[in-house]
Amino acid sequence: MSAESNHSGRIREVVSHLVLMFGVALSIFPFYWMLVMASNTTPDIFTYPPKLVVGSHLLENMRNVLDNIDFFGAMLITLLASLGVTVLVLFFDSLAAFAFAKYEFPGSKWLFGLLLATFMIPSQLALVPQFVTLAEFGWIGSLKALIIPGAANAFGIFWMRQYARGAIPDELIAAAKVDGAGFFRQYLTVGLPVLRPGLAFLGIFTFINVWNDYLWPLIVMTDPNKLTLQVALQQLNGVYGTDYSMVMAGALMSVVPLIGVFVIGGRHFIADIAAGAVKS
Amino acid sequence: MAVSNAVSAPAVTATTKDPAGRPPNRYRRALPQYAAISPFFILFAIFGAFPVLFSIWLSLHSWDGIGAMQWVGLEQYSYLLSDPKFWAAITNTLIIWVLSTVPMLLLALVIANALHNATRFRSFYRIAYFIPNITSVVAVTMVFGSIFSNNFGLLNAFLQSVGLNKIEWLSQPWGIKVAIATIVTWRWVGYNAIIFLAGLQAIPSDVYEAAKVDGASPRQTFWRVTVPMLRPVILFAAITSTIGGLQIFTESQVLLGNSGGPGGAGTTIVSYLYQNAFGANQFGYGAAIGWALFILIVLFSIINWRLIGGDENDRLTSRLRRRAGKEQTDER
Repeated sequence: MSAESNHSGRIREVVSHLVLMFGVALSIFPFYWMLVMASNTTPDIFTYPPKLVVGSHLLENMRNVLDNIDFFGAMLITLLASLGVTVLVLFFDSLAAFAFAKYEFPGSKWLFGLLLATFMIPSQLALVPQFVTLAEFGWIGSLKALIIPGAANAFGIFWMRQYARGAIPDELIAAAKVDGAGFFRQYLTVGLPVLRPGLAFLGIFTFINVWNDYLWPLIVMTDPNKLTLQVALQQLNGVYGTDYSMVMAGALMSVVPLIGVFVIGGRHFIADIAAGAVKS
Repeated sequence: MAVSNAVSAPAVTATTKDPAGRPPNRYRRALPQYAAISPFFILFAIFGAFPVLFSIWLSLHSWDGIGAMQWVGLEQYSYLLSDPKFWAAITNTLIIWVLSTVPMLLLALVIANALHNATRFRSFYRIAYFIPNITSVVAVTMVFGSIFSNNFGLLNAFLQSVGLNKIEWLSQPWGIKVAIATIVTWRWVGYNAIIFLAGLQAIPSDVYEAAKVDGASPRQTFWRVTVPMLRPVILFAAITSTIGGLQIFTESQVLLGNSGGPGGAGTTIVSYLYQNAFGANQFGYGAAIGWALFILIVLFSIINWRLIGGDENDRLTSRLRRRAGKEQTDER
């Protein structure tokens, strides 16, 4: 009986790996294809049957990208926006989460409910009036428009609060209180060190989202010399759509740094995403 | 640090002075907490609540963003309801949503099951399945654009090599939708699989043992135990996919440009909002489309909730849990 179930277990394992490897191939193939196109010349790609192997023109195509768009300028703007939002979100969200998780204060439950209710609002609903508001502020075309509206968010506070409730022992806070530490000092000395893994997740999540955002920068970054990477990439695609090799070299250059960030911090990140979904 | 000490010290002496704590003190003592949560609420007031209220006002006007706002009452909405392009955008979005969500959730369930059975290389699989989700939609759409390309696309080359005819993917109304849906599915399958996997792993083994004791077949176990226990996670995936699916924009815009492709067959609701508000400077109409989108999202979330999260299933799940618990105590 047990030998038989062992046997069927092994078959199930092998079939599972076959299914999974097939899925991985489909998952990864577009990146490989991106590399193939970016490393061949455009006429080579447009032959039949198409070339399926990596070529030798990658550097040449990358140089073409740099000649045609201000790639590093766009990357700098994207990096500043992503880092700016990430730092502010980590600070504001963890501070608010610490207060919501570990303190009862008048109206705290009601305010937290209000915060959760803001989840329901799709961002596109506010798109037009947000643009009008920022135009009124004179922020259109500036980094402020990319950073400030996203500097604190309900998702991050909700997520960090769940995390803080389990991670920060009440005894530590009580001890800090006995030592005479006020709220902000408790946050710095007790909260932040314990919350570090949660902050890593929220940080990567935020960074990736801002880096990849397309619609908002498309609307607010109106100066053609100050585009984010995604918008610049799309312009390259629109104007030089016939030079596929160059366009794909640009796409490749825009994707590599992000995959780097992800591979460094990816494993915990995935576990946290899954945990968040199961709890809620 | 000295500052925070100075802040908390008077608060403590104040409470000891006032017997039976007068209400204002409770608020004063909570000042640091209010300060801690205020950045979110201030930013939300300026960039969330105000714009949402303002968009109601805006949708009752005709405005090009420069001249004077002109009150039109509900005209934008009545025009919206009779605007064939708006209905076409809704139809396009719903078709793309179905074409992407159904295969996405089914494939995710298959992959999650395989991941659950496979004990080796699990972290490798997780990262490989997650990478599509974190990469830029713009870059990915450009790659898929070349794969679906009419003349020299990889997909057509493949079709020709197996003796089939080329298909003009990006010129046909349904080909455009298939292309967009493929990108969405490809990006989100791994994400949903990993969430389903977490759900599978969270099912306590005693529930399965209880089913075994009751003599359930593997198929019965899957439909009567696994699926009901997974329901909260499936509901989460279904609702997030619905909300995401109704907001599709980048894939259409990058693949087909502002026009939404031949005949606007790839114009989604958000593309239509973008075209009107930021292409044609019809801010009032754009705001009205935003509200229509909001209503659709709420509506579909409720439908999802009813379909997948119904009360009956909750009862079934809790009954199984209770029975499992009882049998455990019996064994002891």
